[in-house]
Amino acid sequence: MKLSGYVRPDGLVGFRNHVAILSSVGCANDVSQKLAYMYPNALLLTHRQGCAQLGDDKEQSARTLIGIGKNPNIAAVLVIGMGCESITAEYLAEKISKTKKPVEYLMVLEEDGLMAALPKGARFLDQMISEASQMKRVSCELNTLTLGVKCGLTDTTSGIASNPAIGVVADTVIESGGTVVLGETPEVIGAEHILAKRAATPGVEQDLYRVVKECEERVKASGMDIRGANPAPGNIAGGITTIEEKSLGAIKKGGGKTLQGVLGYGEIPKGKGLYFMDGPGRTPEALTGLSGAGAQIIIFPTGGGSPAGSLISPVIKVTGNPRTAQRLKDNIDIDVSRIIKGESTLEEAGESVFQELLNVASGKATKSERLSYGMISIWNIGPHM
Amino acid sequence: MKKAIVIDLKDNVATLLADVDANDVVQVMMGDKTTKTKVQERVQFGHKFAMKAINKGQNVVKYGEVVGQATKDIGEGQHVHVHNVESLRGRGDLA
Repeated sequence: MKLSGYVRPDGLVGFRNHVAILSSVGCANDVSQKLAYMYPNALLLTHRQGCAQLGDDKEQSARTLIGIGKNPNIAAVLVIGMGCESITAEYLAEKISKTKKPVEYLMVLEEDGLMAALPKGARFLDQMISEASQMKRVSCELNTLTLGVKCGLTDTTSGIASNPAIGVVADTVIESGGTVVLGETPEVIGAEHILAKRAATPGVEQDLYRVVKECEERVKASGMDIRGANPAPGNIAGGITTIEEKSLGAIKKGGGKTLQGVLGYGEIPKGKGLYFMDGPGRTPEALTGLSGAGAQIIIFPTGGGSPAGSLISPVIKVTGNPRTAQRLKDNIDIDVSRIIKGESTLEEAGESVFQELLNVASGKATKSERLSYGMISIWNIGPHM
Repeated sequence: MKKAIVIDLKDNVATLLADVDANDVVQVMMGDKTTKTKVQERVQFGHKFAMKAINKGQNVVKYGEVVGQATKDIGEGQHVHVHNVESLRGRGDLA
């Protein structure tokens, strides 16, 4: 059960070896893009947050960006800012450098402008790429893995086939000493009592009920029926009738182990085992939060065949829908539709997903990785000023 | 024969594993057992039909859990979906 990865200075293991150009603020994206044009082997990480945000919302954006920078799939980080933003490049770089990986920052207003900043950034990247290119994979154990699980374009095959098959993998990862992060708070509505029974402590149980209640209260405050937003039109077309039905299938992808804790969005777990991360079900935000929480790999069950990906954490997409497996081959890494045809057990399907997990961890590019499909989208919970 | 699955023995709906036309008889898998049921109308793959009559106001049960409430009387073999079931959760429109 060996896999191979890059051991970082803090002892964590990356299964990719990116040199990242990370914007601290949306205003710096142009600078990041210009540097990425010069260094196309660097991983360009742009987003829209980082300034004119308040309180918990600002903290959440900062926490997520720090978590992304710390993600062990990233070998080195150049943080790009303006110098006038509330989440500064200097602040992010200082926090990310706790990992002892190479981290530099650049703030355009402190560099006498863009023309001076670009060559300085280029020199940092040149050095980082040179160093990263000389790193070698080494054999490591499954306990080095933090696995994210997130479902998308769910249909009724998800709850019957792909989610429970992935639950088998989640259980194996935890039994081997690893960590699994399950997310998507709206998709626990109607199934929270099942997950809560597995809470390690009464405090964890209360935390889970609290985040689900807060999520449902936000829906109620909107004055709208959640249906149409979640389940979304694609879910309804796939046979999902209510959020309760969707949730009862969705939680199966986390397996059946004890729930060790409830994380804030983009928060890194402090221990091993199963964790729940608060956050929306919308795919780009959910995947970004999991990368921020340190997931090196994400497994993504999809009934309807979403093309989703993450730039930071390879996403393995699994379908239990035979039509999707046939029609949308380019979007699907693993087909477990034999389950609903009665030709395969959940355990056999779980084993095929697990083998792909080992392959991807050791370097195999997923479908979405081959296309560099993905984006950073941070869950925004407050007004922009 | 076309197939459907009942996930938990407490369920009053089955999920279809094929497209069916009105009056098609399907083989329903329920754990180790199988039974046969006639589906009353055209229903798509992945959608649900009632295994027994569900009256307006009664719970719709799948995975052995309540997934919603019938908004109309639903006869055995009829399509069960958004046109005759509502969520009991996340109802800002009722708050």
